[in-house]
Amino acid sequence: MAEVLVYVDHVDGAVRKPTLELLTLARRIGEPVAVALGAGADATAAVLAEHGAVKVLTADAPEFTEYLVVPKVDALQAAYEAVSPAAVLVPSSAEGKEIAARLAVRIGSGIITDAVDLEAGDEGPVATQSAFAASFTTKSRVSKGTPVITVKPNSAPVEAAPAAGAVEALAVTFGALATGTKVTGRTPRESTGRPELTEAAIVVSGGRGVNGAENFHLIEALADSLGAAVGASRAAVDAGWYPHSNQVGQTGKSVSPQLYIASGISGAIQHRAGMQTSKTIVAINKDAEAPIFDLVDYGVVGDLFAVVPQLTDEIKARKG
Amino acid sequence: MSLRIVVCVKYVPDATGDRQFTEDLTVNRDDVDGLLSELDEYAVEQALQIADEADDAEITVLTVGPEDAKDALRKALSMGADKAIHVEDDDLHGTDVMGTSLVLAKAIEKAGYDLVITGMASTDGTMGVLPAILAERLGVPQVTLLSEVKVEDGTVTGRRDGDTASEQLEASLPALVSVTDQSGEARYPSFKGIMAAKKKPVESWDLEDLEIEADEVGLEGSWTKVDSAAQRPARTAGTIVKDEGEGGKQLAEFLAGQKFI
Ligand SMILES: Cc1cc2nc3c(=O)[nH]c(=O)nc-3n(C[C@H](O)[C@H](O)[C@H](O)COP(=O)(O)OP(=O)(O)OC[C@H]3O[C@@H](n4cnc5c(N)ncnc54)[C@H](O)[C@@H]3O)c2cc1C
Ligand SMILES: Cc1cc2nc3c(=O)[nH]c(=O)nc-3n(C[C@H](O)[C@H](O)[C@H](O)COP(=O)(O)OP(=O)(O)OC[C@H]3O[C@@H](n4cnc5c(N)ncnc54)[C@H](O)[C@@H]3O)c2cc1C
Repeated sequence: MAEVLVYVDHVDGAVRKPTLELLTLARRIGEPVAVALGAGADATAAVLAEHGAVKVLTADAPEFTEYLVVPKVDALQAAYEAVSPAAVLVPSSAEGKEIAARLAVRIGSGIITDAVDLEAGDEGPVATQSAFAASFTTKSRVSKGTPVITVKPNSAPVEAAPAAGAVEALAVTFGALATGTKVTGRTPRESTGRPELTEAAIVVSGGRGVNGAENFHLIEALADSLGAAVGASRAAVDAGWYPHSNQVGQTGKSVSPQLYIASGISGAIQHRAGMQTSKTIVAINKDAEAPIFDLVDYGVVGDLFAVVPQLTDEIKARKG
Repeated sequence: MSLRIVVCVKYVPDATGDRQFTEDLTVNRDDVDGLLSELDEYAVEQALQIADEADDAEITVLTVGPEDAKDALRKALSMGADKAIHVEDDDLHGTDVMGTSLVLAKAIEKAGYDLVITGMASTDGTMGVLPAILAERLGVPQVTLLSEVKVEDGTVTGRRDGDTASEQLEASLPALVSVTDQSGEARYPSFKGIMAAKKKPVESWDLEDLEIEADEVGLEGSWTKVDSAAQRPARTAGTIVKDEGEGGKQLAEFLAGQKFI
């Protein structure tokens, strides 16, 4: 059976959920061979094996952290040459997309980004993409070279499928471009203890209607009552009420949770671009004409300062 | 010595219009107004700021697109760019990101450059990968997704706010930079700027000028193929209630019914 390379997104050996979803998709088109780079790469093997990786290629070197993106491309290319896979799958993070893109140029292949589904086809894997702020669904494939496809989080279920997952060291030689962009400083993002925005099953977002950083605790309290991640509109982020890393939308994170709750958000096209594929959408907005109501499964026309705390209390009461 | 900046700008259908695909599954550019991709305004803005700080700099804006794409160039010129290059050729219709990046790379090399600046993503394709591909093709450092950028003494530095960390980056020129919409509000063209833009040079190049064969680009030469495009069915109308004191509780009831609680 054809092998499929899966690029592993992990933090010090802890594999992030989108990679496990990729393994599910990879098994539809072949046998997954995972590529894990950097500190903790070896530690990823157990969980990758549990989810279907027949092999785990690992490499660590200071270059991966000291320089931007390109050393990882060199490594993925080495894996590509070693395996000659039928396809290369990469999680659709900002960095993942850049790694995939540069690999595609090097191996003379087409690239598809932000796939939301993947299936085997007669002429290679067929990817489903969501276009124009999710108002269209397209099916495409790579017609030249080995398909390089990046896949959005929450595009497939995580499934157990035990496989060998034998760890093999990957030999990497860094090219001249690898050291082009130096990372001279790094400030890790502080963990809030809440689920990661793009991976969360429930996202609770606040917008301009929240009316101040000091009121975002209302949104956080609702999120915590549901075990949800917190999102924000660009208006709220631009006003400095919430960090940019929590922005949902075209230029923020794109989320596709089971449940999305928007409070005090009007539903501009750029915001919709990042949340329209959510399974169930709920909005609280005092303006009955707000465009967000066109999307909702359930909407409350009302003042969020009254509705949100009542909702939070009720959820807590029901959960006991 | 003069700092040569090339800014790549894309002409896109207005995101607030009713965007559609045509029969050949390419973007319908006839029924929706086109404009300079809003995210590329940030690239033009950063170029203008970098040029202001430099002793001597020249900003060229570059687009690959149909006839109307000149509008995007005019807008960038009216913001303050010095000159423009329009790569236009009937054979470019339907080109994918590999083809577009090939054309841009050849045009940038022909124009001459020290610094290339792009937006973080277009507002139509929204792939966000073209900058990295261009850096690979040009063989220069990629300093991408910057929310802050500075060029001094032949070095570009910037801040990249990533998923798990905020990184400080540094590279020597020539280099490719992409900027996010956090990099600073783009200026509005002044009346004077709009008038001046009418007199600024816009060069037109075709595939032959760039020594690119027609079969390397366009729909036929594409590295990817779109097999179908279907409009998502409109969401069925949801339940909307007016809060009369029980709105939060009613919503909780709905969430419980959906098994979220
Ligand atoms: C290139 C580009 C990229 C962009 N990218 C993004 C992006 O990634 N994400 C994003 O979100 N936006 C993005 N935007 C901005 C977008 O166009 C909107 O400006 C933004 O989404 C508006 O945020 P908002 O809904 O919070 O604010 P508004 O549009 O001002 O809406 C606030 C809403 O709150 C309601 N409200 C006010 N008070 C209350 C109350 N007490 N109770 C209940 N409701 C109340 C109001 O009725 C209103 O509907 C982008 C724009 C551009 C041009
Ligand atoms: C809905 C949709 C889906 C698509 N999916 C794919 C796909 O999966 N694979 C594929 O290969 N192609 C795809 N394309 C085609 C692709 O978007 C275009 O070929 C395009 O020019 C490059 O991608 P982008 O605009 O998304 O670039 P991005 O990477 O999003 O753009 C980043 C920056 O590159 C610069 N730039 C981009 N295009 C131009 C241009 N024409 N002229 C000047 N500067 C430019 C701008 O500075 C821009 O801000 C898709 C197009 C659409 C409309």
